[in-house]
Amino acid sequence: MDRIPILRMGEFLLVTIQVDMHDQLALTLQDDLSERISACSSKGVLIDISALDMVDSFIGRMIGNISGLSKIMDADTVLVGMQPAVAITLVELGLTLPGVITALNVERGMTLLRARLDHQ
Amino acid sequence: MIVRDSGTQPVRIEQDVVLARHTVRRLAVECGLRLIDQTKIVTAASELARNTVVYGGGGDMDWEILEDGARHGLRLVFRDEGPGIADMKLAMTDGWTSGNGLGLGLTGAKRLVGDFDIDSRPGVGTRITIARWT
Amino acid sequence: MAALARQTTDAMGSHEAALLAEWRANLEASGAARGLSPEELARQTAEFLGLVITCAVNGDASNISGADWDSARQFLEKLSRTRATQGFESHHTANFIFSLKRPLFALLQRTYATDPATLADQMWATTELLDQLGMHTTRTFQKSREEVIKRQQEELLELSTPVVKLWDGVLALPMIGTLDSQRTQVVMESLLQRIVDTGSEIAIIDITGVPTVDTLVAQHLLKTVTAIRLMGADCIISGVRPQIAQTIVHLGLDLQGIVTKANLADALALALRRSGLTVVKAS
Repeated sequence: MDRIPILRMGEFLLVTIQVDMHDQLALTLQDDLSERISACSSKGVLIDISALDMVDSFIGRMIGNISGLSKIMDADTVLVGMQPAVAITLVELGLTLPGVITALNVERGMTLLRARLDHQ
Repeated sequence: MIVRDSGTQPVRIEQDVVLARHTVRRLAVECGLRLIDQTKIVTAASELARNTVVYGGGGDMDWEILEDGARHGLRLVFRDEGPGIADMKLAMTDGWTSGNGLGLGLTGAKRLVGDFDIDSRPGVGTRITIARWT
Repeated sequence: MAALARQTTDAMGSHEAALLAEWRANLEASGAARGLSPEELARQTAEFLGLVITCAVNGDASNISGADWDSARQFLEKLSRTRATQGFESHHTANFIFSLKRPLFALLQRTYATDPATLADQMWATTELLDQLGMHTTRTFQKSREEVIKRQQEELLELSTPVVKLWDGVLALPMIGTLDSQRTQVVMESLLQRIVDTGSEIAIIDITGVPTVDTLVAQHLLKTVTAIRLMGADCIISGVRPQIAQTIVHLGLDLQGIVTKANLADALALALRRSGLTVVKAS
């Protein structure tokens, strides 16, 4: 079965979603991430969706869930690289992802995670 | 109004939702919809295709490329022979879901497209028509 | 419905040169040929008459929407489109077809001089055919013009509100004039795209020059702010006039989490501060 790869970068985990995910793949990613956060004692998760040309309510919910469960496990989640058309469509759909931290790209997201970690 | 091209594809299993998204994207590009409008109809199609699979027990997606004067449009019909929607008013309420979703599928899809029409009879099935124009 | 007789198409074929000469003379007299070189006119008329004869021999002249008439229809569509973009009037374009009536009728009269019943029948068939072709030309012409207008409207929309860079990482969108829903949508989209292109983390939407907003536009503004946040940038709205503030409160729109400043200068100062920059006097 195919999986979205999760890369470990020191205290952080990086997920780059480059395929159009079917629902089961999204659910698997959610499970895998929570396992990895726990196993690596990660302090932050970066989810790069710059390659996605569409986010529907299912994927949106998965992102919200990951953000929520990582928070409980003492890790911040930063969502990076959302395309303008995707952002406008999500807002129109009624999904504004409150509480999810966002950044323009992976580099900025990483800086943001470091700053939050230093702040603690 | 002229129908330039049309077709049908099955929406039976979860993977079909992804295939439906790809078809709709290709057709939306062919119609000359702007990127933002492409994204909106692809997202709406994704929501409705998932509903067809999850709640309708599988069905089909019909598509048509339309031309009306200088305007071009893409019309999609999602139809199933599932249990149907018993309470339409409730189904069209934001945040209400009979399953375990967010309850944004139907209402969200409606907000994303220009034309939205729903016809559902309990025990007979559901038929949802959406369209987006240039 | 009357059909074009074989004898008629044969007559058209054998008198093609004479028909063409008369047709061109009519076109020139009516002004429908203005702006076209004699060679171009000769080429267009010859090609079209040839197509009509071929199509009429092979197909059904009472219905030009069939596949038999594809080549003639395509020729007319191309002609109409070219003329629409060249700025021709619609009646001149239609006249291209209608000017063929007189020479054709004259030919029919000569061909069926001894048979008035067939003459009437063939006149009717010819009129019907030319009317259909003329209608098709006008329809295509109209459609091409609509497309030109639509494209120009879109270009105007994009020109009307530029996104400007105020500082490294700070973009501003100064909006001026009455906002309608479509214009708001287009400028907001270009702002979002510029944020990605330039990697700017702060966007300022200045609405000092906007006299009033309606519900839809106010909602669009709020949606844009949310979309900008989803992309990972921040948005400041500056220059909110009292009337607009009233509208927003009256509509019960939720401005929670949206940063507003009285004017563009204050917004820029805030943007610089957030970027970790301070402005000091040089000496």
